[in-house]
Amino acid sequence: MELSGGEILIQSLQDEGVEYVFGYPGGAVLHIYDAIFRQQQVKHILVRHEQGATHMADGYSRATGKPGVVLVTSGPGATNAITGIATAHLDSIPLVVITGQVTSKYIGTDAFQEVDAIGCTRPCVKHNFMVKSADEIASVMKKAFYVATTGRPGPVVVDIPKDFTAPHIKIPYEYPTEVSMRSYAPVSGGHVGQVRKAVELLAQAKQPMIYTGGGVLMSESHKELCKLAQELGYPVTSTLMGLGAYPASDKQFVGMLGMHGTYEANLGMHNCDVLLAVGVRFDDRVTGEIEHFCPNAKIIHVDIDPTSIAKNIGVDIPIVGDLKVVLTRMLELLAQDSRRANPEDIARWWTQIEEWKSVKSLAYEASDSVIKPQYVVEKVWEVTNGDAYVTSDVGQHQMWAAQYYKFDEPRRWINSGGLGTMGFGLPAALGVKLAHPESEVVCITGEASIQMCLQELSTAMQYGLPVKVVNLNNRYLGMVRQWQEFQYEGRYSNSYVDALPDFVKLAESYNHVGMKIEKPGDVEGALKEAFAMKEKLVFMDFITDDTENVYPMIEAGKGHHEMRMHPKVGELN
Amino acid sequence: MSVSKHVVSLLLENESGALSRVAGLFSMRGYNIESLTVAPTHDPTLSRATIVTSGDDRTIEQITKQLNKLVDVVRLVDLTEAAHVAHEMMMIKVRASGVQRDEIQRLSGIYKGKIVDVTESTFIIELTGNSDKLDAFIKSVGDEQILEVVRSGVTGIARGERGLKV
Ligand SMILES: Cc1ncc(C[n+]2csc(CCOP(=O)(O)OP(=O)(O)O)c2C)c(N)n1
Ligand SMILES: [Mg+2]
Repeated sequence: MELSGGEILIQSLQDEGVEYVFGYPGGAVLHIYDAIFRQQQVKHILVRHEQGATHMADGYSRATGKPGVVLVTSGPGATNAITGIATAHLDSIPLVVITGQVTSKYIGTDAFQEVDAIGCTRPCVKHNFMVKSADEIASVMKKAFYVATTGRPGPVVVDIPKDFTAPHIKIPYEYPTEVSMRSYAPVSGGHVGQVRKAVELLAQAKQPMIYTGGGVLMSESHKELCKLAQELGYPVTSTLMGLGAYPASDKQFVGMLGMHGTYEANLGMHNCDVLLAVGVRFDDRVTGEIEHFCPNAKIIHVDIDPTSIAKNIGVDIPIVGDLKVVLTRMLELLAQDSRRANPEDIARWWTQIEEWKSVKSLAYEASDSVIKPQYVVEKVWEVTNGDAYVTSDVGQHQMWAAQYYKFDEPRRWINSGGLGTMGFGLPAALGVKLAHPESEVVCITGEASIQMCLQELSTAMQYGLPVKVVNLNNRYLGMVRQWQEFQYEGRYSNSYVDALPDFVKLAESYNHVGMKIEKPGDVEGALKEAFAMKEKLVFMDFITDDTENVYPMIEAGKGHHEMRMHPKVGELN
Repeated sequence: MSVSKHVVSLLLENESGALSRVAGLFSMRGYNIESLTVAPTHDPTLSRATIVTSGDDRTIEQITKQLNKLVDVVRLVDLTEAAHVAHEMMMIKVRASGVQRDEIQRLSGIYKGKIVDVTESTFIIELTGNSDKLDAFIKSVGDEQILEVVRSGVTGIARGERGLKV
């Protein structure tokens, strides 16, 4: 088969089984867009901003486990995509991002719309490739998908000069069936001796904790994790990124840990003697002040990426490997060896944890005059039967979504944890909806975040993507305001969002449905009404309490045992 | 933890972006880099790089792990962990006129330097060896006499059977 470079690119996507490409055309990619036009299999979703394309592809990937694919033009197309690439990078999401480049002979001449896409993206990709000739395109694409999806996944950029995609140069096409890269060999196994040691240590624990993260979702090992946790009977906590890997409604789940984690999760960490850390990276938002982190614990750390191990925190038993393989081995060893921790110790530990739990660290002050954001999230959970895909932006609303929507299934909670990118929620939700048209998809956002990728309401209109937007409108950059309240004596420097649009009219102008909800009594009814409109994107503008803060909180320099609780903790239900 | 110097040797894909990935890693993560040398090997698809860096054990472990993670890095060894040779080449241009000429020649002889260029008023001396020897030579010649110094940075190789192969 003889094809042009542009056709080869699209044919490669077909051969990879790609369903959707999220993109935006421009001069450097016109040949490629022509190849897209002349086929049906790969569907192109035209976004309104390249950042939106990367977040959509990212949402699609997080919800499915498949790589997300993006196509943008050179120069501003590539730079607009960078925020989304970096977002995917920090959360280890597999993306293949194709950037057009100026014609090869003009590279380095400051040609129109020329930017060094390889240089610009280098620090925020897993890897990038510069295509050097048309006949390289197929093999580079194969490598790009391979690198993006194996090992610790991540975004891969492929930069293609325009002339290599020209229609008049035809070359033989064959998509490689295999990749071999001598410089890239993702690990699988996990050292058998280390796994054995880990299992022995787990059996000696008196106050154990299991700390799980996004790696469990990425490696599809949530079933193995649940089996292991239940076999051991130990408490499980999760990072923001790992929510849903272990069912939140299970009795062994003690909630999220870290900066806005529960009292019982954080004190469990602080007091544990054996910590099993799986698919996590000891991020500073999780550990709090490192000096105070798990002072008495022996730490077992399982991760596929050796650089995650002993990066921030020293560990006693490092295990580099695919979580699925390692957890399966642990289960096998436990099946062979009946030695377990002393049940009395574990019972005593659970009693302690229940005591911490009884503090009710997530209780908030109910109100019948002003809408409490936590209440809205609880009601969203109820109305969707806890079964929706929930995307989020960044701020207080994100934390409330994580705290009050109980995720029982993996890949349902979709947010930018690592980079904390405002603007992620709406485009990500659209990507999820394309992947799961029959499922409910909710974007829980804030009035500031939503405005960072608001233009994608237009994409939703074009493709008829009926997601539900829950705007927790506190008229503030709420998370910023909260820090200013706590740390700057209430000097609210530039955290007030003045001049907000009328979100109802705005939604309506895109032929969506807009609703404004101002009374607590109307929350449930509005949600039911909105979710009943299966075919419509409904933008729900909830006017919420502008003074509400996210609790508990570990402030800068503090450890897990030094949480700042709701001022009325103990009196609340 | 105490900080020590390490010589890390890498085999890289001989591709245009590979070196910038390595250099970028050091600046991005704030790792120390004292010298970096790189050139193609007898296999033209591979480059060999030697990096001299310093840090405590944990930092060095991160550096080697992070380097290994770069897709263009094929193999890596921390030469400092065992017997190795780590040499540097220096060319030093010195003022040499009158009586100084004999003195410089004598010094160069002691250090096994090679005079590779001679003019009425200057010598260029080429010197190879470990970095300490080169430093010592510079000190012996003295700032007054030195016109220019150019050093290659360290290149290293493990002794015996140990080594870096694909
Ligand atoms: C692109 C970007 N810019 C700035 C920030 C810093 N930031 C974090 S939360 C926040 C406020 C978000 O306000 P809003 O979306 O209304 O959410 P709220 O906290 O009020 O719930 C800001 C500015 C960010 N995370 N991302
Ligand atoms: Mg807000």
